[in-house]
Amino acid sequence: MSRGTGTTGDAAAAGKGEGEELLAFEDVTFGYTSTPVVEDVSFTIERGEFAALVGPNGSGKSTLLKIGLGLLDPDSGAARLFGQPATDFEDGERIGHVAQHAAAAKSMPITVREVVTMGRFAHVGFGRLRADDRRAVDEALDRVGMTAYADRRITQLSGGQRQRAFIARALATDADLLVLDEPTVGVDVESVAAFYDLVQSLNDEGITVFLVEHDLGAVANNAERVLCLNRELFFDGSAAEFVESDALARTYGADPGTFAEVTAR
Amino acid sequence: MTAVAALPLVAPFDQLAVLVELWMAVVGAAADRLGVEMLSFGFMQRAFLVGICIGVMAPLIGTFLVHRQLALIGDALAHTAFAGVAVGLFANAVGGFGVSPYLTAVVVAMLAALLIEVISEVTDAYNDVSMAIVLSTGFALGTVLISINAGGLAVGVNQYLFGNLSTVSVENAAILLALFGLIVGTVAVAYKQLLFVTFDETAAEVAGLPVDWYNRMMVVLTALVVVGAMQIMGVILVAAMLVVPVAAATQLARSFRSALAWSVVLAEVAVLAGISLAYTYEATAGGVIVLVAVGVYLSAVVAAKLGIAGATAHNESAVDPADPEPEGVE
Repeated sequence: MSRGTGTTGDAAAAGKGEGEELLAFEDVTFGYTSTPVVEDVSFTIERGEFAALVGPNGSGKSTLLKIGLGLLDPDSGAARLFGQPATDFEDGERIGHVAQHAAAAKSMPITVREVVTMGRFAHVGFGRLRADDRRAVDEALDRVGMTAYADRRITQLSGGQRQRAFIARALATDADLLVLDEPTVGVDVESVAAFYDLVQSLNDEGITVFLVEHDLGAVANNAERVLCLNRELFFDGSAAEFVESDALARTYGADPGTFAEVTAR
Repeated sequence: MTAVAALPLVAPFDQLAVLVELWMAVVGAAADRLGVEMLSFGFMQRAFLVGICIGVMAPLIGTFLVHRQLALIGDALAHTAFAGVAVGLFANAVGGFGVSPYLTAVVVAMLAALLIEVISEVTDAYNDVSMAIVLSTGFALGTVLISINAGGLAVGVNQYLFGNLSTVSVENAAILLALFGLIVGTVAVAYKQLLFVTFDETAAEVAGLPVDWYNRMMVVLTALVVVGAMQIMGVILVAAMLVVPVAAATQLARSFRSALAWSVVLAEVAVLAGISLAYTYEATAGGVIVLVAVGVYLSAVVAAKLGIAGATAHNESAVDPADPEPEGVE
């Protein structure tokens, strides 16, 4: 199993992983222009993991995520979802995706229930929603504690509540893999804690979590595995090792401020 | 005014034309019974039929456009449709083809729609600058073609610019019925997909939807609606029907489904009241319809602000009082 520049993380990750690769990058290089924003990145996310991708702004995190989801084709190397090439992957119901700025308000009139129901669309195609689809929606709403808000317009919710609605949509999909792109941007501090509690318990139930996050404290406290990206992969290991290592200094170019913020936690 | 030449009728249109005649007979009989003079005229019967269809399909498509911040696209396509009208008139004057200007308008508007879509796919964003350029180019092309050929054409242009109630022929009404069926049918079949793409394009793509194709389909349907509604609304005001009732519905609705329903109801109010007023006061129908629609919009804003109806983002008093959870509970 390729672990890229992996330092000592294999043991920690292997403890939980059951061997099935859900998301894999092999020597992925990509650039919007001739300068690559992602270079030679290789790692694998296995079933059951809770992995976080961190890195400074413009380090290629979101780009890498897009490649992993098959939204972008790498210039060289390959990305695989559930063992298939990511760009050809069609079992959309296996992935729950929460996009960046999903918490930002959109003026569209739409209820929480309507948003969560979208999670069933990949299952029903052009067919009608059936009773078991509605049941899945109800269960997902209940799981994230948003049942009382089901008929509320989504623009009326706080950032944290909105984020829960999007998680519920992913749950309604029955996804094996939850992919979150900076899920806590624009969400207040208490809601961030509650949000991570929810993600943590979902992971305990067996859902694989892969997220991009700028909040290093949240990552250090919650994720099992941390991947540091700044064009190249600088670190791949357990959260504990990540805090103790000099990975941050290397990834961020020795910014003592950021480093102090994490070690203080 | 004879510029609204009959499109070549093909078999399905004959049957739709029968439907139009049936509608006219029913409305005519009702008008005689109730003594409503306005509805006893054939052209008004057809105008109402076309108006009712526009009142459904314009806000139906408009709802999906407005909530993707694409309100401008209707305007851009209407103005390019005008270039299409000019091409048709020009071709008829020069070559004597006898082709309906509405047909050339549909073709040109659909091409422009696909062009806008392809540009947005390449640049990865719909931008208002390219939209404004397409809009201006279409209108400029139209005016130039018409001015080159000024003599017999200038007379016929007004009805395309401002719309005309009295020129709706049975054939045109039949074509509009076909458009109506196509658009309502498409939205009914692909409602879930269109909603997903409108609300969250990336998630829709991850879920395996061919997002680009849905976008292309949407702009082509927009072009069809715009040209269909142009007969009554005119090039300059047609886009208002895609936007104003939708904006009003957004004030009142909580769910997307109810927003669609509200936008159709409000558009019908505007169309029916607008056509009646236009007939009574001998005013241009398109203008009156839009003014009524704007009045409806303003009423909706006031109603939402006062908390009489609706659920807007900043209006807590509009929240259902039966809601079991108090505000602010996380």
